[in-house]
Amino acid sequence: MNLQAVRSIYTFEMARAGRTLLQSLISPVISTSLYFVVFGAAIGSRIQEVEGVSYGAFIVPGLIMLMLLTQSVSNASFGIFFPKFTGTIYEVLSAPISYFEIVLGYVGAAASKSAILGLVILGTANFFVDLHIQHPFMMMLFLLLTALTFSLLGFIIGIWADSFEKLQLVPLLIITPLTFLGGSFYSIDMLPPFWQAVTLANPVVYLVSGFRWSFYGISDVSVIASLVMIGVFLAVSLAVISWIFRTGYRLRP
Amino acid sequence: MNHETPTAPAHQAKADSPADRPAPVIAISGLSKRYDSGFEALKQIDLEIQRGEIFALLGPNGAGKTTLISIICGLVNATGGSVVIDGHDSVTDYRAARAKIGLVPQELTSDAFETVWNTVRFSRGLFGKPPKDSHIEQVLKALSLWDKRKNKLITLSGGMKRRVLIAKALAHEPEILFLDEPTAGVDVGLRRDMWEVVRELRNSGVTIILTTHYIEEAEEMADRIGVINGGEIVLVREKAALMRQLGSKQLTLHLQTPLASVPPALSHHPLTLAEDGNVLVYTYDASEAGDSDHVSISALINEIEAAGIRFKDLHTKQSSLEDIFVNLVRERP
Repeated sequence: MNLQAVRSIYTFEMARAGRTLLQSLISPVISTSLYFVVFGAAIGSRIQEVEGVSYGAFIVPGLIMLMLLTQSVSNASFGIFFPKFTGTIYEVLSAPISYFEIVLGYVGAAASKSAILGLVILGTANFFVDLHIQHPFMMMLFLLLTALTFSLLGFIIGIWADSFEKLQLVPLLIITPLTFLGGSFYSIDMLPPFWQAVTLANPVVYLVSGFRWSFYGISDVSVIASLVMIGVFLAVSLAVISWIFRTGYRLRP
Repeated sequence: MNHETPTAPAHQAKADSPADRPAPVIAISGLSKRYDSGFEALKQIDLEIQRGEIFALLGPNGAGKTTLISIICGLVNATGGSVVIDGHDSVTDYRAARAKIGLVPQELTSDAFETVWNTVRFSRGLFGKPPKDSHIEQVLKALSLWDKRKNKLITLSGGMKRRVLIAKALAHEPEILFLDEPTAGVDVGLRRDMWEVVRELRNSGVTIILTTHYIEEAEEMADRIGVINGGEIVLVREKAALMRQLGSKQLTLHLQTPLASVPPALSHHPLTLAEDGNVLVYTYDASEAGDSDHVSISALINEIEAAGIRFKDLHTKQSSLEDIFVNLVRERP
């Protein structure tokens, strides 16, 4: 195991976030705060409680998930796309490191960044609403697993994309709609029965539901189903990445 | 890692007996590459690089120089054949193999917003070496980059960026250095500096493989020269031997009446007929032209005239490395 190399990639990627602190940390915090102002204070005050939780507090887990998903994907996809785009990837490919170590460095850094961001948003939310976390350990587990899984997905997108347009396409066309329709801002009980059934095909529902459960003990689907769903996601992402490296897809012609 | 000890493939046996030659630091055998597009970039390449030499790989654009280097360094997967680097197979034992290699790519790629110091330090870590700032300081000083160590890469000129790429490649103290077109787009002064750096590296025991399409560069730097064209190695020779070949001259006589064969009176000279007997060609070594036992051109011409051969014109021609190169490359379209 070339730990030195993993550490080099990890710190390099973390330093990149440090240089673009405004973009990587402050802008998500500002946009989340705006959500709280609009949905929590302005509109939320006119919406009745959801299963005994005020609407402002109800949307906190969903909002963190929204940020966690989009930031994990964008961090990780950009982290591997950019060296591919500029050509500096040659150095990583010519170094005595394994595929696993490359993934550990890049995805580890992306996941760390979005997990930190998730906690920062949680802290920000604390200013706007009254927060109770019933299962802090499970909350952290959901947070870390989601950050990891979606960073892996971002890594795949970053390798697949051969233009900046494609890099934006998947987050825009798939991740964002799934997240908004995944119960971030509502409980799926609020939907008509037909759409409830359709929604269950959306994997993000399981993530948001499980994460919300760790806060308030309320959930749309069972916690076990949520954990299984993350596990399936993780396994699929890992399988795709191992295929990418086995075939050299878009990295080693 | 438990892999088979590489054994010399049968087709290498034609080289002089392996026992009296040191083991090559790089042994390439049967290496081929066909891209998905169907393009055959390399066709069964066999090549050995000796420890401590400067090997220049010459070839026109698209000949396969970069593909060959890319496979050795792990950037491209080969379709067939093998590369053994100092006893380590480049695929099955890639960690040990790659740790020995430093690569300076052709393209000027850089992390624009990183500083010189950080980017070189990163390279060392990537190759699994513990930090050693004294070594990085030494490399930066040798490449006249020390004053620029705090500069961001985006602020550097093209020549300076090229030096940074060399510094990155040297950060992990490699035993083998690949320079892919090191002086493309570099001004004359910097080119001389770079040659100096390469020579110093060789003196410290580093094996250097450089690709170039500047013949002058190969002539100036290399111990051995290989010519690659159309994915095949068409020539590998000591530079000194090539330079001797360079010294060969040809005297061409255009005859008034064609000859059926060289007259017996002249048969002790290396004379050949060409163009249906209309041209008589005499090949000789220019470097020996002044030697006492060497037949002087005027004596030869006297003999030819004595044999009753009349000519209407004559000219002499000296082949340059460039001619050799152009001929080699033209033969195989």
